[in-house]
Amino acid sequence: MSLRITLVTAARVLRQLVADRRTVVMLVGVPSALMALLRFVYDGSPEVFDRIGLPLLGVFPFVLMFLVTSVAMLRERTSGTLERLLTTPTGKLDLLLGYGAAFAVAAAVQAVVATAVAYLLLGLDTAGSPAVVVSIAVANAVLGMAMGLFVSAFATSEFQAVQFMPAFVLPQILLCGLLTPRDRMAEWLTTISEALPMTYAVDALTEVGAHAEVTDALLRDAGVVAAATVLFLVAGAATLRRRSA
Amino acid sequence: MMSIDFQQPAAPRPPAVAVDRLVVARGGRTVLHGISCDLQPATVTGLLGPSGGGKSTLLRAVVGVQRVRSGSVTVLGVPAGHRELRHRVGYVTQAPSVYADLTVRANARYFAAVHGVGARAADRAVADVGLGDAAGQAVSSLSGGQRARASLACALVASPELLVLDEPTVGLDPVLREDLWAQFAALAAAGTTLIVSSHVMDEAGRCERLLLLRDGRLIADDTPAALRRATGTDDLDEAFLQLVRREAAVA
Repeated sequence: MSLRITLVTAARVLRQLVADRRTVVMLVGVPSALMALLRFVYDGSPEVFDRIGLPLLGVFPFVLMFLVTSVAMLRERTSGTLERLLTTPTGKLDLLLGYGAAFAVAAAVQAVVATAVAYLLLGLDTAGSPAVVVSIAVANAVLGMAMGLFVSAFATSEFQAVQFMPAFVLPQILLCGLLTPRDRMAEWLTTISEALPMTYAVDALTEVGAHAEVTDALLRDAGVVAAATVLFLVAGAATLRRRSA
Repeated sequence: MMSIDFQQPAAPRPPAVAVDRLVVARGGRTVLHGISCDLQPATVTGLLGPSGGGKSTLLRAVVGVQRVRSGSVTVLGVPAGHRELRHRVGYVTQAPSVYADLTVRANARYFAAVHGVGARAADRAVADVGLGDAAGQAVSSLSGGQRARASLACALVASPELLVLDEPTVGLDPVLREDLWAQFAALAAAGTTLIVSSHVMDEAGRCERLLLLRDGRLIADDTPAALRRATGTDDLDEAFLQLVRREAAVA
């Protein structure tokens, strides 16, 4: 574990990201555009936009970071750069935390832009502070990244990596309480939803929507998101092998 | 294995790499059948033989990324893949393992930073492989040979004591190949140990020692001069064929 290597790795990943202008434009612009779309889908009922738009500020970064990371990591594996890096002083954790730091920066930019657009242009209204919304969105993006890193180990092609999104992420979106309150789902689904990290991210954002102050429930939900992130990073590290057959 | 004893100049130094009865199996098939060989410090050793003969597997074992069934590989006095070696061994895979979306310079500087050396060392390595003019170009825009050299530059940045190069000259024009081999010789003269795989026999003459690997077995471990003498031909291609035929006759 080396802070220096973690930082140079983060800088390298960011440099790769920035080198791809179209990806940058989409990372920054797409969530805002989707929020605007949603705002006008619910043109006649702004309270629904407040209820659904807020959690989506956390869901979009999760989905995008999951996708971007799983493809980036798959490329790292298939191009041979991963094997090469593991013959250098780079530790597994240096690599994963480097990715984490880089994508957290990207997620922060994305979340700030999407949140600003939602509050200032689209009239999103919450009891709690937008700053808390941004923090949770970034935490959620880092969680998406950690999951993306982990599942990329099970993909041997980009086709597979992309399909892990509907396989791993979509069920979480369906069950997190965004479409219908979780207590109105079949009981066994409610139980499953309690084991899915995105549920806690969405609950946290719902708390921000309803309460002006930072509640205990919010802190507990944020804690679960952070713990799940650490869990997936450790699991991801276990999939990086210095020796292979 | 054939052995031609040659009076080596007294070599008190331990070998840079010692491979002892190495057996590697991949997917149920034995790829290396108990290989033993030593690499002397500050020399260029050529690892030659047909594709599929186990060259890359042997190199991977030396770097310590290959899971082995039995036997041992000792590199610079410690087991291959030891943590301590991560600063001391440079490895260039057959497919260029660099970031295609970054420039040559950014790639070299990244690997330099990982090793804790400065940007100047990175820029020198880029110039050394003849990519000074292309340093600002994204690797994805380079030709195959240029990519291979970008990958090599990333291994040179840390001035490793052992350089493991898997087919570094594939796809290069003769002038560049000449340049690279001259550079390998210069590195060895400066104290670096190199092992370079190739399937081009005319490159074999540039090595101080040759390992001929065929079907996972070493069929020769000698100097080019001794191989020529033993087979009675000046042509290393022909020498290699003769060795293969002898091996087949024995089997």
